[in-house]
Amino acid sequence: MGFFTNLFGIHNSGQIAKNRLQLVLLHDRSDISPEMLENLKKDIIAVIKNYVEIDEKRIELDLEREDSSVALVANIPVMTVRRQRRRGEQ
Amino acid sequence: MTARVIVVTSGKGGVGKTTATANLAAALANMGKRVVAVDGDVGLRNLDVIMGLENRIVYTLIDALEGTCRLNQTFIRDKRIENLFMIPTAQSRTKDAVTAEQMIEVCGELRKEFDYVLIDSPAGIEAGFRNSAAGADEALVVTTPEVSAVRDADRIIGLLESMDKSPIRLIVNRIRPHMVKKGDMLGVSDVLDILAIDLIGMVPDDEAVVTSSNKGEPLVLSQSTPAGIAFRNIASRIEGKDVPFMNLDATDSGGLFGIIRRAILGH
Ligand SMILES: Nc1ncnc2c1ncn2[C@@H]1O[C@H](COP(=O)(O)OP(=O)(O)O)[C@@H](O)[C@H]1O
Ligand SMILES: [Mg+2]
Repeated sequence: MGFFTNLFGIHNSGQIAKNRLQLVLLHDRSDISPEMLENLKKDIIAVIKNYVEIDEKRIELDLEREDSSVALVANIPVMTVRRQRRRGEQ
Repeated sequence: MTARVIVVTSGKGGVGKTTATANLAAALANMGKRVVAVDGDVGLRNLDVIMGLENRIVYTLIDALEGTCRLNQTFIRDKRIENLFMIPTAQSRTKDAVTAEQMIEVCGELRKEFDYVLIDSPAGIEAGFRNSAAGADEALVVTTPEVSAVRDADRIIGLLESMDKSPIRLIVNRIRPHMVKKGDMLGVSDVLDILAIDLIGMVPDDEAVVTSSNKGEPLVLSQSTPAGIAFRNIASRIEGKDVPFMNLDATDSGGLFGIIRRAILGH
């Protein structure tokens, strides 16, 4: 209990129950397996590499709870941005 | 007649499915509807004892499915409430004694003869649950304000949605207002926040549920108890009436009981 009390800064068990439920359901509801997440990461890297140079090893991709919705949050460190070719310059 | 077929389900066991089925069936019949409550919990039948009809069982649903008798020979008529019937299931069989196709067929037959078919579902998410829900149009999901029950309700709601049941509505059972008030129990609004489905009723934790199950008498038959009133209100909402929700978090004198007393007696 101490963990949750500290984490959420609350002391009554009803609120603790609600917070625990939200975290549990976040995982229950997302049908996204770790394997899928890994494949998704590879695909995202492949697309982004067409535009910018990124630090592939430091990419973070995970599910996070935001109020009542779940977000797929990616942290992608950019090294350099490729110079864009202007139209008609081919 | 074309009955509405409603499955009462939960995921987790022991949260009040059978209690809700029995009391809602009785309340709807009391409102003049022709109602049959079907025990969908093969092998763990309980609806018969909760409704106090266990001594009158001759044939079960399984007998009808196996051709030993006709479906209407399984009907047990409640002598206390007009238009209330129950179909028992077998105690000495397992869940695979019934298939989804058979339940759809049975519900199709019952539709012609009743206004409401209420199906008491077994706990779990496996075949027993799926079969009991197969023939239903609508679902009532019962939960208690506890982490494990709400979690399982979330899973069941997902399954019911994928089975195209509609509407799917929530009953929060066994609420203890004084604990909610202290912040030591999930409130109904917390549960609704989390599950994001429509609420059809909240039922307080009430000793009268235990005494009425001891006697095999639906609550709605006896004097007005908080849970009995809650179930009657849910029956009215099923009927489409706009009944205000009880204020279970009331802080004024007398709390919940005071409010109910005022609602009934007018003071
Ligand atoms: N509102 C309530 N207040 C007090 N006891 C309750 C209430 N609802 C259910 N119970 C009790 O909880 C137990 C489980 O109820 P039951 O209807 O058999 O659950 P399920 O069919 O979901 O397994 C029973 O002993 C019943 O008397
Ligand atoms: Mg039961």
